[in-house]
Order: sequence, then structure tokens, then C-alpha cells
Amino acid sequence: MGEDENILEELDDIQKNGLEALASVQDEAGLQAWRTAHLGRSAPVMLAFTRLGQISKEMRPMVGQKANQVKLALEAALKTRAEAVKTASLRQKLDTERLDVTLPGRRPTMGRLHPAAQALSEIIHIFEEMGFQEYRSPEVETDELNFELLNIPAYHPARDMWDTFHTTVPGTILRTHTSPGQIRAMREMCPKPIRVILPGMVYRYEQTNASHEMQFNQVELLAVGKNITLGDLKGTIEGFAQRMFGEAVRVRMRPSYFPFTEPSADIVMECFVCGSKGCPVCKYSGWLEIAGCGMLHPVVLRNGGYDPAVYSGFAAGLGPERIALLKYQVDDIRNFWQNDIRFLEQF
Amino acid sequence: MKVPLSWLKEYVDIDLSLIELADVLTMAGLEVEDVLLVGLPNPYEQTGAPQRREVSIHGLSWDPEKIVVAQIDEVMPHPNADRLVLCRLNDGTSELVVLTGAPNLFEYKGIGLLAKPLKVAYAREGARLYDGHQPGQVLTTLKRTKIRGVDSFSMVCSEKELGISEEHEGIIILDDDAPTGRPLVEYMGDAVLEVNILPNMSRNASMMGIAREVAALTRKPLRKPQANLPANGPSIAGKARIQITDPQLNARFVLGMLDGAEQRPSPYRVQLRLRLAGMRPINAVVDATNYVMLEIGQPLHAFDYDVLVKRASGQAPTIITRAAHPGEKLTTLDGVERKLDDFTVLVCDTAGALSLAGVMGGQESEITPATRNILLEGATWNFVNTRRTTSSQKLSSEAGYRFSRGVHPALSSEGVKLCLQRMAEWSGGVIYSDLVDEYPLPAADPEAEISTGDVKRLLGIELTAAEIAALLSRLEFACRVEGNSVFAKTPPHRQDIGTGVIGRADLAEEVARIYGYDRIPATYMAEELPEARIRRPIQVEKLVRQSLARLGLQEVINYRLTAPEREARLTAAQPEAVQPAYITLKNPLSPERSVMRRSLLAAVLDTLEKNARLRDRLALFEVGPVFLPLEGQALPDEAPRLAMAMTGQRRTPAWDSPDSAQLDFYDLKGVVEGLLESLHVGNAQYSPTDNPAFHPGKSAQVTVNGSVLGVFGELHPQAKARYDFLAPAVVAAEFDLAALVDASANRYEILPVPVFPPVLEDLALIVDESVLAADVEAAIRQGGGKLLTGVRLFDIFRGDQIGAGKKSLAYALSYQAADHTLSPGEANQIRLRILRRVEQLVGAQLRS
Repeated sequence: MGEDENILEELDDIQKNGLEALASVQDEAGLQAWRTAHLGRSAPVMLAFTRLGQISKEMRPMVGQKANQVKLALEAALKTRAEAVKTASLRQKLDTERLDVTLPGRRPTMGRLHPAAQALSEIIHIFEEMGFQEYRSPEVETDELNFELLNIPAYHPARDMWDTFHTTVPGTILRTHTSPGQIRAMREMCPKPIRVILPGMVYRYEQTNASHEMQFNQVELLAVGKNITLGDLKGTIEGFAQRMFGEAVRVRMRPSYFPFTEPSADIVMECFVCGSKGCPVCKYSGWLEIAGCGMLHPVVLRNGGYDPAVYSGFAAGLGPERIALLKYQVDDIRNFWQNDIRFLEQF
Repeated sequence: MKVPLSWLKEYVDIDLSLIELADVLTMAGLEVEDVLLVGLPNPYEQTGAPQRREVSIHGLSWDPEKIVVAQIDEVMPHPNADRLVLCRLNDGTSELVVLTGAPNLFEYKGIGLLAKPLKVAYAREGARLYDGHQPGQVLTTLKRTKIRGVDSFSMVCSEKELGISEEHEGIIILDDDAPTGRPLVEYMGDAVLEVNILPNMSRNASMMGIAREVAALTRKPLRKPQANLPANGPSIAGKARIQITDPQLNARFVLGMLDGAEQRPSPYRVQLRLRLAGMRPINAVVDATNYVMLEIGQPLHAFDYDVLVKRASGQAPTIITRAAHPGEKLTTLDGVERKLDDFTVLVCDTAGALSLAGVMGGQESEITPATRNILLEGATWNFVNTRRTTSSQKLSSEAGYRFSRGVHPALSSEGVKLCLQRMAEWSGGVIYSDLVDEYPLPAADPEAEISTGDVKRLLGIELTAAEIAALLSRLEFACRVEGNSVFAKTPPHRQDIGTGVIGRADLAEEVARIYGYDRIPATYMAEELPEARIRRPIQVEKLVRQSLARLGLQEVINYRLTAPEREARLTAAQPEAVQPAYITLKNPLSPERSVMRRSLLAAVLDTLEKNARLRDRLALFEVGPVFLPLEGQALPDEAPRLAMAMTGQRRTPAWDSPDSAQLDFYDLKGVVEGLLESLHVGNAQYSPTDNPAFHPGKSAQVTVNGSVLGVFGELHPQAKARYDFLAPAVVAAEFDLAALVDASANRYEILPVPVFPPVLEDLALIVDESVLAADVEAAIRQGGGKLLTGVRLFDIFRGDQIGAGKKSLAYALSYQAADHTLSPGEANQIRLRILRRVEQLVGAQLRS
């Protein structure tokens, strides 16, 4: 009997010793050694099984069960310990692999569109959403299309408004505005309704300085139909301004003069920089000019093939570079065509 | 135009603030660009913080406590200084002695008590003024000081010190009726509105013109100056005749007369107004002509009548108006002898030309100190001829400005009468009781029609005919309502209203202006939408630009204007005989920008050169037209092009990889391939090119189905040498965008993603050095057929092992069927077919 009871106590000790030894194991090698010592073929708990034959029949199931419990306990403890050791050793390894995350990254080479092109395409995109389609016309134009057919005869006082580059071919000039495209579009589409946007480069015989260029982009809107009003013109530009600069932006229309429109207007918009409170961008006026526009002059409609008694329409001109100038607070318009990479890369 | 507020108020009551007035005018199309304060207080408080200012206002405000009207009772010599005088002065509260060096007081020095005291502008200690001794306008505060032993703490002011003009030669001597002791700002403080007169609003280039607008906009009555000739004066009959040669050039000519003018300065208030309006006072006679021009917009010209009589050998002069004869000359009153053009209209007498009609008088008949008897001209001139004369003679004058925009003939007689009246008032003399008036081409003053429907259709607002008539009546249109239509007769001071559909648009603008543009509601078009049109070139261009940016290139946009020499840097290798034709400017701003470009690549290379030293790696592109003149046509072919240029390192340097290989042909080719792939251009062929701008061995031409898309490659060393590049190589490309558009596929088919695994195999093929990679690949593809789904060149080897003059090209191949997994036998079949084909076509041997 004594031998039988001793073995139960012995098994308790085996478990206790095994768990104690496991607690100090720190690495993979220690785990291996511990497994051999405590769960190997000659480990005390294994030897206990071999001694079962010597145990009395009555006690044998109890001792066997106990030995099994001890073995399972040791195995479970090993599993837990092994995971802890693995985690600790991974942590240790990762600790040695620290990068300086503040070092700069390796950049894939990146290209960009020119800022003027970005501004232009943003404007075109907005007007396309509003139903206007892009239409292009030549940059080298005839005097007839650039002036005469737009109700600007030779020696008209309004000719002062455009300083013109003439070519050595008589009657051929560099277009001073995108407006000759109005006549071209009307003549192509008459008598259908028109809603087009005419973007492109225009030229002025003008010494360049921080706010004047001899070459710049213009975007012209042209709408022709049977019931197009000055109110529609205002709404169209307001819709544009709100999409471009924010829903809250208000516009104001005031009379102006262009020979090819009547009534003519300038559209000013609340300064988006200061919210119309006054700042250097709007020269403290609270307003920014965004478009010159008006209802198509009857002479222009007629030159385009439309009967002004039946049709009406509007035209409006915007300056993409000027809008970009305001939006990004560029101080010198000449930056656009100088193409200094230090300027271009910022957009 | 400069509009003094006080002058404006003579014709219309204004109860708006300065800021409100500026806004009302601006919103009616008379933009107030600037307001110059001449004494009046600034409506914007000086808070220092940025604040909104609807109008730009600057200038000097006169402190009513410190700047007053005073009178000088006696001018006494200074005990120690010849160039200074002491003035016994009464400022309304006390008597004191003030020191000044004003030379215009010297004539009163030491003559004792003045019979008529001199009224002056007097500034007390602490007054803020402009420093009279410094150039420009420098603010200063009057402080107590001692000058030559005499206490000085106040001063009598010049115009410069008060911000009226640059005049600092003498002090202001006011008119005798100036009230001593009154704050100067109350007596003559003013504000000058700088109004931008649009070309179609030249009728408003006068005080009356602006006043008429203010009256219409604020619904106030307009006070027109009344001019009547005296009933009892001498008659002009027989004194002068008028002969108009061409009424188209000179619709009306009016003469009036005044005898016995005294040559003296105008009253100070007249001089002040002229100065504030931007003109220089001269003498009472000339000032009267300028004053009336500014007042009602009719330029006038005064002749010395006695000089004209002398020229007519004692007879009554005949004034003749005509176009200049070929080669005719005239010396104008600025002393310049002018050669005249045949479009220039002249005022002549029987002895010859007297003046450039409507632009500038001649020297001989001008008003001189000896002039006593005045013949006064008020006329109407053809605006086109006047305009051509002012521009060809480079002569800008106030008269020329008005006549070159058109002056209504009704103003001719009104102007003459008003001017004679002002002259008599300011210079004395007797006005004749009648005029000589030739008016061969009366103004039409057309009647135009606008209906309620027109207003709705053009402006988008609902107005009744009566409301439309009321709006137009405020601008002095004589309106008649018939049903829904308003018939508006143009008032006799404006010439900008047409007839028919044009007149309707003209009236619509006036209705909108007076109604208020701001009140027109913003609406969106309720029109039928036009049909959608697809413009493939625009779509493809957009795609090209986006693809190139994605491929790592920076877009640039250059001036389209260039110089042939700039482009010759790229293309000089061409034979001399082939001189390209350019669109050439007649009036270039600089020789650097004298023609429209023919080469887009030359422009991109200029930009690459400018930036080359700023970055280790540069890759640029531009899309845009070149301008190719067409034989016998006015307009050139504006051919769209794409140009690219790259130089420097292949990769942007990083901190652990500072250097990479230099960009070369294959980097650019990769970009070209990437671009063609995004455009879905199939079947591109690359072949050597003899384009002289490129290295003959390192450049290629890209063709699709026989049409050339473009060329690219390394710049020819000689071309590169004409630029300033440090890098060993520059690679560049120029493409025809129209050809790219044609080659690009609008639609393309997508292959299904394969379900069965591929068989992968590497083959190294030994070929002669001269065999092109494209030919080897073509042979592989031919041999492999449809089951060959991938061909990738992964290595090129040269060495003794394979023999001299040979290269080994190693390909990674994949074989794949859509419907089953290939067996080893099938794969072997494909392999054998490929090897057979490459041997046949390019003489390739399998490298074992």
C-alpha cells in the first residue's frame, strides 16, 4: 500500500518540479532540453507509466489517471511557454530591425500637367458638366473674323481695346481673343442651338510685365437659342463660380462694353480669399473680376447666320491663368510660360 | 475722366455718400476707378487693419479747425531776408504775422495796407499738409519753428501743399468773395472721381454727361446750363462765312463772336476746377473753351479774329473745311510741323490751313496776349477721320479724344453760346447776338422699338410697356407706347442708338442698366440642349497628356512665338537651300519672338536647357500646334504636335542610391511604348531614321500601317552641341498628334483571364550582331502561333563562348491554351516550331 500512495505523491512532485523548471526556460534550446527532461522517454512521468504494473489492481486506475493528468499538464504548460518564448524572441529580433522612419522615401518619378493646363481643364470640365462642348478654332486668324464680323470695323474706337500682332500677310493676324471662334461655330452649326466652350491661346501686342502677357489662354462660352436671356448668362457664370470656388460664392453683374455683345457686362465674384472682407488679392475691394460677357450683338448673330429677331444668345470670356493666379496667389503671370521647373513642380 | 464732385453737383442734387455715389455709377457702367480727396474727409476710417474698401479713396483731408480762409491785409518786407515777406493776416479769429517766400506776393511788398485784401488758404500750427519742398506727396505736420529770427508756426498754402496740384511756385490767391475765417474744406473742399468711360459711353465724357446719368439713376432733376445770346449785341452777319466741302466729314460748323476780351487769368474757382479735371489753366479765353468742353462735351476752338482778317487781306474771313491735300503741312500750336494724311480734315481759310479739325489748332491763329476779338468755332467732325488723324499724328488731346468717339451735332451751337457767355464773364467783352451756323447733315436721332416680349426674351425680366417707357424716359428718350411696344426717340445728345434689331439691343441695354443689372435674376437656360458631338482629337490629346504625366514627364507650355535662329539650333543640319517658311510678325515685340514656331521640339529643348542645371533628372513634354504656312492661303496649317525631351539620371537620386545610369534611347522608347499602349495603338513598327536632328544610330521612326507617327532618339551630337547641356546625352521625340489620333483605337477587345496554367520556358537564341531584336521576336511569334501568349526579352549576352559578331538573346516565353492545360508534348511541339522558324528567318541557333 505504501508504495502505491508514495507514487501519487511522487507524481505531484514530478508536476511541481516540471512546472518550476519550465518557468525558467527562456529560449528554443531550453525548451528542447526541458521537453527531453520532462516529457522524454526517460522523463519521470513516463517512467511512472512503466511502473503501473507494480501498482495494486485497485489503485492502478487511479495512479494511471493521475500520471496522465500530470503528463497533460506538463504538455499544456510547454505549449504555453513555447508560445511565450517565441513571441519574446520575435520581439527581440524586431527590436534590432528598427529603421529611421524619418529618412526620405524613394520617389517614383512623377509627372504633372502644366498649371495653366490644369486650370484650363478644370474650367472646361465644369462647363462640360453644364452642357457646353469644347470647340477649337485657329490661333492665326483673319482680321475679318477677329474684328470685322464681330462688329468691330476698322478705326472703330473699340479697336483700342485690343493691341494686335499683325503678320506679314495682309489681313492675317494673331487672334486677340477666342471670339472669332464664335463666328466659326455659328456658321458650322446654324440653325441648330449652340452651347460650346472655346478655349485656347490668344495674343496681344503688349509689353509683358507681372500682370500682362503677350500670349495667354482664354475660355469663351457661346450659347445660341431661341430664348436665352441675360439672366441665363448670369446664372451660368454664377453656377461656374460656385463649382469652381465654392457653393457660397456670390457674383455680381455690372454693365460693361464689348462691341460683339449688347447688353454687355462684367461679372465680379466675392473674393474667395477673404470672403469679401478685403485683402490684398482683391485689392481690398471684396470683389474679383472673373468674366467679361454679354448678349450676342444682333450683327454678330446675323454674321453667324442666325436671325436676331428669332434667336438670342450669350458669350462670355474667362482667363484661366488669371484664375490660377488668384487661386494660387502667383505674383507674376510670366511664370506660366517661363516653365521654370521650380515653379511647375509646385502644382 | 476726372469728375470733381462740386462741379457735378452744379447740375444734379446728390444726397448719396461718396461711396454710394461711386457704387451707383459703377453699377451703371461708369466705373469709378479711384477717388482723390481734395480736402473732403475720408469716409473710410483709418483703422490700420485690412478692411474692405469698395472704392479706392486717397488724397488729403483738410482739418476744418486748422485750415481756413484768411485774408492778407498787408505784405511787409522781412528785416533779414530779401526772398521772404511778412504778411499781416487775419484768420477770422485773430490778427497775426505770417512768413512766406511766395513770389506772387512780392508785387504787394511794402505798398502798405492793401485796398483789397488778398484771400488765401491759411494753415495753423498742427495742420496736416503735403510737404511743398519734397518731390511727390509727403505728409507733414506744421510745427512751430524759427526762420531767420522770426517765429513761424503757420503758413499760407500753395496748391501742392493742399494736394490740389504739383504747383508750388506761389501761394493760392482765392477769389475776392472767399469768406474769411471759414474752414477751407467748407469753402472749396472737393473729391475727384476718376470715371472710366467705356467706348460706347463717350456721350458721358463731360460733367453734364455724368450728371445726366446720376439724375437718371437717382431720379433727380437735371439742371442744364442755359446759354442765350444777348438780344442787343452786334450782328455777326458779314463778319465771317463758312464753306463745308464734305458734310460726311463735317456735319455742322457754328461760329460765334466776341469783341474786346481782356487777356487775364480766370477766376481761381475756374482754374481750380480745370486743374481738378486734369487740364492746365491758361487764360480766361482759352479756359472758357476748355471749361465748356468739360462741362457739356463739345470741344471748341477760339481764333484770333484779327489774324484771320489779316490773312484774308482785310476781308471778312471764310472758314473752309476740307480733307488735307497730298503733301500738305501745318504747324500746330505745340510748335510741331506736321505732314498731313489725306484722311485728315482741316479747318482752313482762303489763305490756307488753320487747324487740324477737332484735334489741335494751328500756331498762327492761336490766342495770344494781344488777342482782343474772338471768333469761336463749335463743330462736328467725322469720328473715323479724327481717330485716324490722332493715331497717325500721335496726338492725344481732350478734343481729339471726344471727336474720335463722336460728338452730337446738337452740341455745336449750345457749346458756342455757353462758351461766349463764360468768356464774357471771365475775360470781359461784347457777345454778338447771332451765330453763323452751317448744318448740312442733320443728326437722325433715330426712333427704336422694343417690346415687352423683347425685354423678356433678352433680359429675362417681365416689365410692362409703361415701365419700359418710364425707364427710358429717365435717360431723356421721348417714348411712345403702342400696345406691348415702346417707341423711343433718341435724345439729341447721343449717337449710339441704332434702328431695327440693333436699336432694340441698344434699348435693351439701357433698360437693363437703369433697371439695374443687379436686380436681374440668375437663371439657368431652359433651352433645348444641342446634340452631342464627339471630337476625337480633343479626347486623344487629353489622353496623351495624362498618359505622359503618368509616365513621369512634366508638361510645359511655351510661347508659340519664337525666332528662326532658335529653331535652327535643332535643325541646322538641314541643307541650306531648304529655308523653312514662317508666319512672320509685322510688328514683333522683340526679335526673339518674331515668328510662329514650326518646331515644337525646339521649344521643349529650349526649356530643357533652361532647367538642365536645376535637376538631376528632367523629363518634359509639350502638346500644341506648330504653324506651317500654306502656299496661297491666308491662314497656316496649325498642325498639332507632341514633343518630349529627357536628360540626366534615369532615377531621381535617393539618399542610399545617389547615382543611377543616364537616361538613354531605351528610356525614351519605354515612354513611347507606354504612350502607345495607353492609346491602344497596335502594330507600331520601329525603324532607323535619317532625321538630321537625331543621332543616326540611336534614333527611330515609329510607323503604324505605313504612316509615320513620329521620331525619337538621342539628339545628334552636333545639334546637342548647339545647346548648353552638361549631360552626355539628351533624348527627344517629336510626334504628329493627328497621326496618333488616327492610329489610336477608340474600341479594343479584352481577352478573357486565362483559367488554365501556362507552361513557362526560357530560350536563349544566338544570332548575328546585325539582327534586330524586333525581327527575332517576330519570328518567335510566328513560330509560336496562338498558343504563345508571352514573349519577354530578359537578357542579352555577348562573349567568347558564343563567338565574335554574335549575340545571345534570352527570352522568357509562356505557352498557354484557353481551354485546357498544355501537355509536355504540346509544349515541346511549340518549342520546336519556334526554333525552326527563328533559324529560317533570322538564322538563330539555340544556345545550349
